[in-house]
Amino acid sequence: MAQHSFMLNGQKVTVDVEDSVRLLWVLRDVLGVTGPKYGCGINVCKACTSHINGKAFNPCSVQVKDIAPTDEITTIEGLADTVDAPLHPMQQAWIERDVAQCGYCQPGQIMAAVALVNKVHAEGREITDADLDGIRNVCRCGTYNRIRDAIKVGATRM
Amino acid sequence: MTLTHDDRAHDAAPATPPRPAGPSRRRFLGYLLAGTTLAVGVDLGRGASPAAAAVPSPPQVPELYDLEDLETHSALPTSALISITVDTAGRAHFAMPRMEVGQGITTAAAMIIAEELGVAVSAVDVTLAPARPELVFNQLTGGSNTMNSMFTPIRVAAAIARGALLRAAAIELGAAVSSLVAKDGVVTAPGGRTATYGALSVKAASATTTSVSVVLKDRSTFTVVGRPQNRVDAMDIVTGRKHFTTDLSVPDALPTMVCRPPTLNGSPRRIRNLAKVRAMPGVTDVVMVDTGVAVRAATFGQCIEAVRALRCDWNPGTVEGQSDDTVLATLKKAELPMAVPSVPVLAKQLDLRFEFMFRSSAALEPNCAIADVRSDRATVWAGLKAPIVAQAKIADALGLPQTAVTVNVVTGGGSFGHKLFGDGALEAAKISKAMGKPVKLMWHRCDEPREGRTHPMATSRIRATVLAGQVLTFEQRHTSVKTDFGHGLGERLTAMAAELPANLGGLSLSQSIFTLTQELPYNFGVVTQLLNEVDLPFNTGSMRNIYSPDVAAANELVVDQLAKLTGQDPLAFRLAFLKDARTRAVLQKVAQVGGWGRRMPAGTAQGIAIHKEYKGCTAVLVEIDCRPATVGRPIRDGVTGPRVTKAVIAVDAGLVVNPTGLEAQMMGGVNDGIALVLTSSNHLQDGHFLEGSWDNYFYTRQWNTPLDFQCIVMPSNGDVPGGAGEAGVPATVAATACAYARATGTVPTRFPVNHGTLSFTPKTFVPPVPPAPTDGLSYTY
Repeated sequence: MAQHSFMLNGQKVTVDVEDSVRLLWVLRDVLGVTGPKYGCGINVCKACTSHINGKAFNPCSVQVKDIAPTDEITTIEGLADTVDAPLHPMQQAWIERDVAQCGYCQPGQIMAAVALVNKVHAEGREITDADLDGIRNVCRCGTYNRIRDAIKVGATRM
Repeated sequence: MTLTHDDRAHDAAPATPPRPAGPSRRRFLGYLLAGTTLAVGVDLGRGASPAAAAVPSPPQVPELYDLEDLETHSALPTSALISITVDTAGRAHFAMPRMEVGQGITTAAAMIIAEELGVAVSAVDVTLAPARPELVFNQLTGGSNTMNSMFTPIRVAAAIARGALLRAAAIELGAAVSSLVAKDGVVTAPGGRTATYGALSVKAASATTTSVSVVLKDRSTFTVVGRPQNRVDAMDIVTGRKHFTTDLSVPDALPTMVCRPPTLNGSPRRIRNLAKVRAMPGVTDVVMVDTGVAVRAATFGQCIEAVRALRCDWNPGTVEGQSDDTVLATLKKAELPMAVPSVPVLAKQLDLRFEFMFRSSAALEPNCAIADVRSDRATVWAGLKAPIVAQAKIADALGLPQTAVTVNVVTGGGSFGHKLFGDGALEAAKISKAMGKPVKLMWHRCDEPREGRTHPMATSRIRATVLAGQVLTFEQRHTSVKTDFGHGLGERLTAMAAELPANLGGLSLSQSIFTLTQELPYNFGVVTQLLNEVDLPFNTGSMRNIYSPDVAAANELVVDQLAKLTGQDPLAFRLAFLKDARTRAVLQKVAQVGGWGRRMPAGTAQGIAIHKEYKGCTAVLVEIDCRPATVGRPIRDGVTGPRVTKAVIAVDAGLVVNPTGLEAQMMGGVNDGIALVLTSSNHLQDGHFLEGSWDNYFYTRQWNTPLDFQCIVMPSNGDVPGGAGEAGVPATVAATACAYARATGTVPTRFPVNHGTLSFTPKTFVPPVPPAPTDGLSYTY
């Protein structure tokens, strides 16, 4: 066992767990932060998508020892706190477009969407269908078309 | 068919004043339940009619009596009460004996209660009832039956509650009931005095259980039902607060996973390195159960490491050495013969045979369950669409009376038929018993396509004859690996046997279900659709439709060929031969909105198809792009293939409760249908399925989904809702297959069309799950 500290949703956390445990299980099983979901455990389905220092990543595929004390991890639970509003514009767009069905993949979808829009905006352009085609998050309910609509709506407010 | 409401309630109702002129308003019976705040109850079977007495030969059975009727009617003699309560804050509570898996039934139920009770949708809390054995056949979520079977009972309960609240308000406010106006949970008397439902809930409570009768609101006065309503759980979902089974915190229920056999349904014989694995970090328990070796640890990550470290000896599985080809050969041998009646010598004949591969019905949330088994009792939490059946099976496995097993139903992360079976719950209970500790069981993703439920492999052969522009015969022989109906539908059907339409007599359970669901709604002369099943030891189940997507694809591909044979346009041909106006209407709608017949570049084409089931009908128009530049788009660890660029679906779902939710179900159905035709299947080889995760099993992804999706919800048609959850799939499968045939010039005969290409390198079988990657930080964006 070893101690690991990092910033989680704006607060410093410290856990006592083996170095190799993937961050997803540190979040879910040790810290009880259950927004990021398990769908594959091998960085394929993207249901656990969260942010590290503002960029999208998949904690199922990162060992806790590779997270530095200064790294800022943001899960869906902390997303709204990154903006000066009760909800992040992407969450708001999700509600307006009634995107979710079962909801299991949706935290990951929203976190992926926010990172994608930030990336595209940083490149000085607007989101395109090609960008949306590149989103790898699986939605087994098949609400892909509403996801695309919501991202376009959310992007206009980011 | 016409569904007349059961009016037995009338006999028990107090004398009613003479009915005014105009449409009669039926009275329904329910109960004021004894309690300290208002509680009402109603028989869940209320509102359904008994089975039709006789069924003539043509038309086909589903036109007169279908699976929806069966599911609704099987409740009649056996139902117990469902109840709605109103608390002192004015909130209404309803524990629904069905399971929410994303299909939106909690939202729809809240809408129905809001409508009839006179409160805001946000003032209604709909939760999922635990297993209630007294409901017998009436706690099965399947066959797209929830709204059809529950619409009227929920309305009746809400209307009784409203009546009781108004009577209490009349006393409180000193005004006649008929002069009161109830809106958003506030009752207003003439002159403006008000009382809230919350304040009235105690006064409206009944000291004894009393039967009362009500008249429901007239449909023309609806202000909630039929209007777009966003999901009631949307805020919880987008903030990460919606809890699924593995998100629940049950004391000491530590993460648990199972090391599974290398072949389908194998079993463990011996653990070679038990001591070593027991000593691994975080691991608390390692036990052998019938399905594999279970590991309990502090985190799921440590379970995965332990599962990978286990070295076991395994007993053979149930399909050792079998492959796609051997199963197909078995099916072919079992195909029932055609029986084409003698036809004029000048008739033309079509004879086509289609093959449908195994498909995984797994949802994104894998099988999971929490179980806490003690010596004298057990408690289980899981997503279960047939919780009573699961409860009975768990009790049997544990050697406990059913009453000692509490089964809590948790909202599911998708189902698609997968959660009809309590596989995870039963396994968790066995493991908890073996370990003597609570467990939180989760299947690894790899376990799902390999050991989980699949939609059975099937073939469909069709022979049709045409003479002088008329279709004289249409014969279909559907042959399938047996579908498991052991989730309760079978028990329902068996219990109903005596009341079923006469010409179901003598059919097997599966054949009965086939007959109750399949309908070819065309005037094609002599139509026979028969099913034969081969009982092979696979883990099967229905997957967002039982037989319909495969049957519809085969039918509609042949319909296109019949049109070609008679020199007609596919749309015109269908309109000429379709039997009923509702199906013609949805077809005309998609043709108009989708621009049927527009010129398309070579390698691209439109396809159009219909499906009639679930007390409604759908039509789909798609446009597909099969040009090499599209098919060959590079995507890492994915399959691109042809792209459906446009999909237009029109749905007539009877009475529409929530058009927003209905559209969502159609969207899901369309994306499912595209995957079934183009990309998603399991490959059986050497006694096991090769697929291991979402980079092997190619469900529709963003790069496959139509850029142009439109759903047209037809105006409400009828007095009760039809089915929605599965209705979008069959016509999509059919239209996509037809479009593919027209774009490529070749009628596809094996589905999905890319099954012949193995688009991935199979993952490890020993150990049964791949390593968890460590390079996640190199994929950030």
